[in-house]
Amino acid sequence: MDLNTLTANELIKKLDKKEITSRDILTSLEKRIKEVDSKVKAYVRVNDSNLLNSELITHNSELSLKGIPVSIKDNICTREYNTECCSKILEGFKPPYDATVIQKLKEAGAIILAAKTNMDEFAFGSSTENSCYGPTHNPWDLDTVTGGSSGGSAAAVASDEAIMALGSDTGGSIRQPASFCGVVGLKPTYGRVSRYGLIAFASSLDQIGPITKDVRDSAILMNVISGYDAYDSTSINIDVPDYTKSLESDIKGIRIAFPNEYFIEGLDKEVKAIVQEAINKLKSLGANYKSVSLPHTQYAIPVYYIVATAEASSNLARFDGVQYGFRAGGAKANLIDMYKKTRGEGFGQEAKRRIILGTFVLSHGYYDAYYLRALKVRTLIKQDFDKVFAELDCIVTPTSPTAAFKIGEKIKDPLKMYLSDIYTISANLAGIPAISIPCGFTKKGLPVGLQILAKPFNEEMLFKVAYAYEQNTPWHKMKPKIAV
Amino acid sequence: MYETVIGLEVHLHLKTKTKAFCGCSTEFGQEPNSQVCPVCLGFPGSLPVLNKVALDYAIKVALSLNCKVQEYTKFDRKNYFYPDLPKNYQISQYDLPISRNGFLNIDLDDKSKRIGITRVHLEEDAGKLIHQKESSLVDFNRAGIPLLEIVSEPDINSPQEAYEYLTILKSIIEYLDVSDCDMEKGSLRCDANISIRKKGAQELGVKTELKNMNSFKAVKEALSFEVERQTELLNKSKPIIQETRLWDAKELTTVSMRTKEEAQDYRYFPEPDLPPFIISKEKIEEIRKTIPELPKEKKQRFMQWVSASSANTLVSCKIDAELAERLLQSYSNKKLVADWLINVASSTANSLNCSIAQLGVKEEYYIEIFGYLDKELISNLTAKAVWDEVVKTKKSPSEIIKEKNLIQISDESSLEKNIEEVIEENPKSVEAFKSGKENAVMFLVGQVMKKTKGKANPKMVQEILKRRLTDA
Repeated sequence: MDLNTLTANELIKKLDKKEITSRDILTSLEKRIKEVDSKVKAYVRVNDSNLLNSELITHNSELSLKGIPVSIKDNICTREYNTECCSKILEGFKPPYDATVIQKLKEAGAIILAAKTNMDEFAFGSSTENSCYGPTHNPWDLDTVTGGSSGGSAAAVASDEAIMALGSDTGGSIRQPASFCGVVGLKPTYGRVSRYGLIAFASSLDQIGPITKDVRDSAILMNVISGYDAYDSTSINIDVPDYTKSLESDIKGIRIAFPNEYFIEGLDKEVKAIVQEAINKLKSLGANYKSVSLPHTQYAIPVYYIVATAEASSNLARFDGVQYGFRAGGAKANLIDMYKKTRGEGFGQEAKRRIILGTFVLSHGYYDAYYLRALKVRTLIKQDFDKVFAELDCIVTPTSPTAAFKIGEKIKDPLKMYLSDIYTISANLAGIPAISIPCGFTKKGLPVGLQILAKPFNEEMLFKVAYAYEQNTPWHKMKPKIAV
Repeated sequence: MYETVIGLEVHLHLKTKTKAFCGCSTEFGQEPNSQVCPVCLGFPGSLPVLNKVALDYAIKVALSLNCKVQEYTKFDRKNYFYPDLPKNYQISQYDLPISRNGFLNIDLDDKSKRIGITRVHLEEDAGKLIHQKESSLVDFNRAGIPLLEIVSEPDINSPQEAYEYLTILKSIIEYLDVSDCDMEKGSLRCDANISIRKKGAQELGVKTELKNMNSFKAVKEALSFEVERQTELLNKSKPIIQETRLWDAKELTTVSMRTKEEAQDYRYFPEPDLPPFIISKEKIEEIRKTIPELPKEKKQRFMQWVSASSANTLVSCKIDAELAERLLQSYSNKKLVADWLINVASSTANSLNCSIAQLGVKEEYYIEIFGYLDKELISNLTAKAVWDEVVKTKKSPSEIIKEKNLIQISDESSLEKNIEEVIEENPKSVEAFKSGKENAVMFLVGQVMKKTKGKANPKMVQEILKRRLTDA
């Protein structure tokens, strides 16, 4: 059996029994990457990376992730490997430090894979087409997108080019690609996982989270990366439970709901039917179902594109050619020319679009009408969830209104593209945790994801419901066939 | 007639061991870029964490300036591009500063005046550019050092008032021991907004912002220059342009840097990496307890011993005030102590560019000198010479007086010979005195002092002379 196809949990058992070594896992991953990554393109700069050199850690059998390779999105700082956010402007940037999650992974015995995963530039996108390295291809249909922005991580896990991976989620960037690629993606509660070392897109929305082959692996990875970090003032000091203890199949009496406002025009019929079926499954497992209202749902996308772009315009100001990364304009250029050329040539289209939008909504005379109002509506959206969770345990929705679309289909129409995050954005605005798990396939054979949302710091509820569903359905065991 | 309206904006480096949002050292004068880390360099992925000591210091200053400390406060980002600003935004405070609505009393000739303090807020400093022939280098050691911004109300009505305000502000900060207040090292910087208007007018005139003043004296000079420049423009009915002007200390003039049209839109918004926070009443009270006696209170106490104006001068520098206090407590002739410190010791200190305390003269030596003076064993002139010698050699006054045999001659018979000689040698002055010019006697006293090398008791010499010349 090829080790790369196994889950981390299965590999840990084999490592425990000394049936295999972590080198064996790396070797099988390397083989698989060589086989299929020229087609999938889940990894970037893979030719520059000696994957077998990824082995950095001495294997202490006490450690929870001893010898398990973890693939890392290109926006999470790794001391050993370049971290470029798939942007030309960070060309050649090797961070002088590890992100807190990387440190935690290392302390848990994990191996940080030498190749980083592809993403939309600075996480700006829902298809991974906005990468300076070009798009990642969906392992289920190489002509379709993986979703984004963590498309590389999702595709790597789906195509067995990775055991488990980290992504980041600002408006759905973990869940939507997990849904498109048929894997499990979790966006933790805001403040649950340290953002230190995550190159910021929108600081008040960003969270790092796991992308894995099943729910158990997600819990295993969450156990390692969660927790308060003194280096991140927005991380919250609440004890981290052992998430694997939530993995039980009994969900009798759990109260679940579908929000009325989520039946929108753009919701694909097939996706709707598949999600309906998944809800029926949960009901049959003993969940109590009712429908609820999240009245401010329609404002989520506009609020998001004001708050997120405002923060992004400021977060990306530091990429100016002065200290690191790409610099244009030559030695003789004056300061302003150097700024203009560096940023003009270094950023891609979508990055420029968002910087301009964000700069606009923060500018004098517009701030109150846009940014300040958006913050107020954001509070209302959060209160919608508070009300629902006062009476219910979780909300279930489609992760995205459609399955994966064709590469190139929406890239010219940003508004259409933005709609593909319509079900995921609210969780970031409200700061609540949400998971996407595979719940079926379209007739064309593309995966569909079920999103489950719970109240802040109740990831345990997500794991419980997701695990129960997973144990009673076959979807997570399905593998894409990639012609070799 | 015109009225001048001035508001001052003071930036202070807080004397914390580490920077405002990271653990880097704040020490001055180190190798460029040796005190930096991913956070203060603004590296991608790094996040700020507030230095609690900086916050405590800020609260301490705010309370000392009679400000109301805000319970709910937050940081904001001030966005602008400049190579010395690593993130191209500065973490500062916009609409919810740490404190507002304070005041400071300044002493003018005959009265005290209250200057309002609009706000005191915390922010981070930028790095420093070093310009070379064909390129510029950036030193980020200063980037991230905690800065306190203290903004006054436009209550200041003359360059002299501005000078007094700065002097008192600096004195308070020094008492609190939270900043070096060294303008040369850049740990205290001051910008000024100035406009003029017709006396009694309600609306403010068009203001200019003045920058690049490197001393309190420069602030005063730059403001005086602006008053003149703006008055002249108004007199000629020419418009005053709202602009930022730089003080040129060599040419003693201000030059335009940028106009309002070129002013930047800083696009302030709440810093998402630092959640808003509450400063509890308990915390405020705890900090209030650590505030030492401030110049105003010390002055009140000193006034039991000396005049208000002497007290004012004595308290302005903290360590000198402490020295003064010990001397005033241990010596009975308070006026002598005050006069000596204000007139003699401070001029020596000024000439050596240090404080009186830093001269290092032992307190017992001051007491010795005071004793000699009070007992009229030495003249003032001699005392000053002895003082200079004490400062220079660190020897005790009594040792110096003994060595040089400087004890005043107060014995009439010993002075007689010298006085007779002077009378004989200066017939013109003698005549003048006799014909009614009282002052002529002072010249004769001076001559006797010269003959005795300053050792004669001048009061006694004068008495003897007068007696001799009127008798004859």
